[in-house]
Amino acid sequence: MAHAYTPGLRVSELVRVRRERRLPLKGEVKVKAGEPVEPASVVACTELPGNVQTLNLAAKLSLDPARVPESLTRPIGSRVHRGDVIAQGRSLFGLLSQSAHAPADGTLESVSAITGQMILREPPIPVEIHAYMRGVIAEVLPGEGAVVETEAAFMQGIFGIGGETFGPLSVATGSPDEELTPDRLGEAHRGRVIVGGCYASHATLMRARELGVAAVVVGGFDDHDLRQLLGRDLGVAITGSEELGLTLVLTEGFGRIPMAERTWRLLVSHDGEQASVSGATQIRAGVLRPEVLVPHARRPAVAASAAAHPGLELGSLLRVIREPFFGRIGHVIELPPELQSLETEAQVRVACVEFCDDGSRAMVPRANVELIEV
Amino acid sequence: MEIRPESIRSILATDCGSTTTKAILIERRDGQYRLVVRGEAPTTVEAPFEDVTRGVLNAVREVEELAHRRILDGERIVTPQTGDQGVDLYVSTSSAGGGLQMMVSGLVLQMTGESAQRAALGAGAIVMDVIALNDGRRPHEKIRRLRQLRPDMILLSGGTDGGDVKRVIEMAETLAAADPKPRLGAGYELPVIYAGNRDAAAMVRECLGSRTALSVVPNLRPTLETENLRPARDAIHELFMEHVMAHAPGYKKLMSWSPVPIMPTPGAVGIIVEKIARRDRLAVVGVDIGGATTDVFSVFQEVFNRTVSANLGMSYSVSNVMAEAGLENILRWVPFEVDEVGLRNRIKNKMVRPTTIPQSLEDLVIEQAIAREALRLAFEQHKALATGLKGIQTERTISDIMSQTESGATLVNLLELGLLVGSGGVLSHAPRRAQAAFMMLDAFLPEGLTHLAVDSIFMAPQLGVLSTVHEAAATEVFERDCLIRLGAALAPIGTARSGHACVGVELVSPGRAPERRQVAFGDVALLPLPKEGVSRLTAHPERGFDLGLGKGKPLTAEVLGGVVGLIVDARGRRPFQLPGRMSERIGKLRAWNQAMGLYAREV
Repeated sequence: MAHAYTPGLRVSELVRVRRERRLPLKGEVKVKAGEPVEPASVVACTELPGNVQTLNLAAKLSLDPARVPESLTRPIGSRVHRGDVIAQGRSLFGLLSQSAHAPADGTLESVSAITGQMILREPPIPVEIHAYMRGVIAEVLPGEGAVVETEAAFMQGIFGIGGETFGPLSVATGSPDEELTPDRLGEAHRGRVIVGGCYASHATLMRARELGVAAVVVGGFDDHDLRQLLGRDLGVAITGSEELGLTLVLTEGFGRIPMAERTWRLLVSHDGEQASVSGATQIRAGVLRPEVLVPHARRPAVAASAAAHPGLELGSLLRVIREPFFGRIGHVIELPPELQSLETEAQVRVACVEFCDDGSRAMVPRANVELIEV
Repeated sequence: MEIRPESIRSILATDCGSTTTKAILIERRDGQYRLVVRGEAPTTVEAPFEDVTRGVLNAVREVEELAHRRILDGERIVTPQTGDQGVDLYVSTSSAGGGLQMMVSGLVLQMTGESAQRAALGAGAIVMDVIALNDGRRPHEKIRRLRQLRPDMILLSGGTDGGDVKRVIEMAETLAAADPKPRLGAGYELPVIYAGNRDAAAMVRECLGSRTALSVVPNLRPTLETENLRPARDAIHELFMEHVMAHAPGYKKLMSWSPVPIMPTPGAVGIIVEKIARRDRLAVVGVDIGGATTDVFSVFQEVFNRTVSANLGMSYSVSNVMAEAGLENILRWVPFEVDEVGLRNRIKNKMVRPTTIPQSLEDLVIEQAIAREALRLAFEQHKALATGLKGIQTERTISDIMSQTESGATLVNLLELGLLVGSGGVLSHAPRRAQAAFMMLDAFLPEGLTHLAVDSIFMAPQLGVLSTVHEAAATEVFERDCLIRLGAALAPIGTARSGHACVGVELVSPGRAPERRQVAFGDVALLPLPKEGVSRLTAHPERGFDLGLGKGKPLTAEVLGGVVGLIVDARGRRPFQLPGRMSERIGKLRAWNQAMGLYAREV
């Protein structure tokens, strides 16, 4: 592909991060432009329409649907409580009286003279949107929410589960290739974002959850354990709404994979600082990756733009993202323009890579590498 | 803009898939339209680019480089062609951003519900859910579901013309109470198509007209015995352009580049499949296995059907194949031992990095095993929906009763199947064509004699949309450059003990000595065919085996040439079974791989 881009996960010491905090429906914005906010600050709130209950009054009162509207004892728009009489009908020459009662608290929304069906809407459900990260309100979206902006150390993971959370970063392993074992976790980690090394097991996550850890950030995790954690096989990578009691962010992928040195160094350098974490991942629509950001203001930051990077070049630092060299990091030493034959006999564009760890060289399909931004 | 086919010298066609945008350049040379080059680039409908035209321009730039000709002027496609610059026609299809996602509704799930589903699928949509009066959910559960899913469009059907009105209005009221919002953009009304009982149309309009973008079209099930899907399908295509595409990132610009409406990718593939079936008077099955979804198209008894398995695919949805098929079903196709934890991680890593490709042979074999299961599951789903109309009263003869046929039985008859066409990366780009043939054989298990083909570089979508404005160009390129005939498969129905005689075949090809082969039960044999032309096949099944004419009855037939050959598949049908013991199964898989010459070395 002449103009192919090889997306890499973003790992930056200081970038300007903007996050739109938008309500699912119109509501009230609680902040003003320029106002400083903390992760837990309420930015906007609204009420979602309540659930709907349908009631077939025609059947219930043995009436012709056309007569149902006149059987109502309260006008449309009235608030009712569960058990209140909402309609009455008479049958058998007016001798028998029958009543219909509200099945729940709510408002009488509509009634149909064609079907005899009444719709009762339950009370609204309050919803609050939080700032998620420490920063300032850069923009107010009237009636909808606000944009929070901050300058932060920022890294994207490859996959995550669990929603947004925050807490101080706490590095719990000595190096990026050490496993985060349960015994490395203790009471002091309650409410914290734990940074591990290459791997965490299901037992480690259970221990973290028991201790009230906010999030775990590690290189890899086994799919086998993910299945155990979720209670099902995850079919499609759309996550973020799981209620697991903590958020998990994988920086490299599935399996035991040392955290990339650059990611590790970034996280270690912010040990103890307040971080915001989201496990939400959507690979198919929207390419949403999990993230860890540590707001700070040491020096002017550059905007985390969507600018396309130039693509693979000689000397580019890259990581291989598929077997047989999965997880290894190296430099591009040659980019043959012609298609090359793999062991599979597929003819593809490749990059010749010299690996950083032992200086060995290999040919890798360009589709199987990702750039490491420097 | 009026298109005059005779004046078209060059055509640029793109397909914006969920992963890759593919561009092809077609030129008229010596009076014939031929594919010149093909380019591709990652699709850019999603963040960080959020503009589908970036990927289109990148793919077209690759076409420019390979064809050594200028097509773009900055970020604009030059039309018409001047000298050797620009092209006369640009067309495109799209399934990016998840394709067209619809909810459909009918009164009875198995009747109007299914008809509505067929209409939406036939138009190229992914059906997220079917809501019906008898779907087992209570009204508030339906309302919650309608709100949650945020479809691009809703197709509301129900009732036969002149039939029950009340129930249809009840469905419309449920929809109104849910007040569902469209998936893309909050600033427009959700398109709803009403294709139900015509007597209820005015009341449906009253109920939904003010809160949705409602279109009323003729009933898709005017009587129990008839289905009229065309008006609903056309309305879906129209609204797809007007509402959905117009709100997807970059599509307004893309639409302005082409004088032909952008068509949903599967809708365009369906057009091509229907054309082949009609032209060759064959029962055809086409399958397109993509990164996110797998589409199956079929024409049996002249009835076209399409289904989409929304979460069966080779990249974004690869993990779902494992979830649905189960790991054992994937592993049964792998001729070596695999550690389960490692395999699970491998599959998940493909899901989170969907554009990677197998580098080692073992990795390729695993990927092809997953493809077999994705295809198998998609075909199962297709068979369940490609049925006759349900709920019809039919006069039954004694023989009908004996054969236990019923209204709504599947139309898919594998013995009748004349041509099986595969497309999508894992089939079209399989390093050896025999791999594609064998994957299709294992997944679809055709019976009797069936021809096999693949779409060489997956350009059926582009040719489908092109055929709507320039049929000659689309047909010429399809025959010469798109369809690669692999050969045929001969699979006797029946079962026996391994090693027992099953079928004897004689193949006579022009200019070659006749090939004769006895194939034992449990074995696979590959007989070479010329690449083109017609060979004569005579097959003698053993007693107890059926090639479509009855047990033990010989079959004589013409076999079209192909690059793989005639595959005699004596592994049994009804049932087809793999050995249960792992060592035995691995031995068999290796023997079949060798007989087919599937891989460069034994795996």
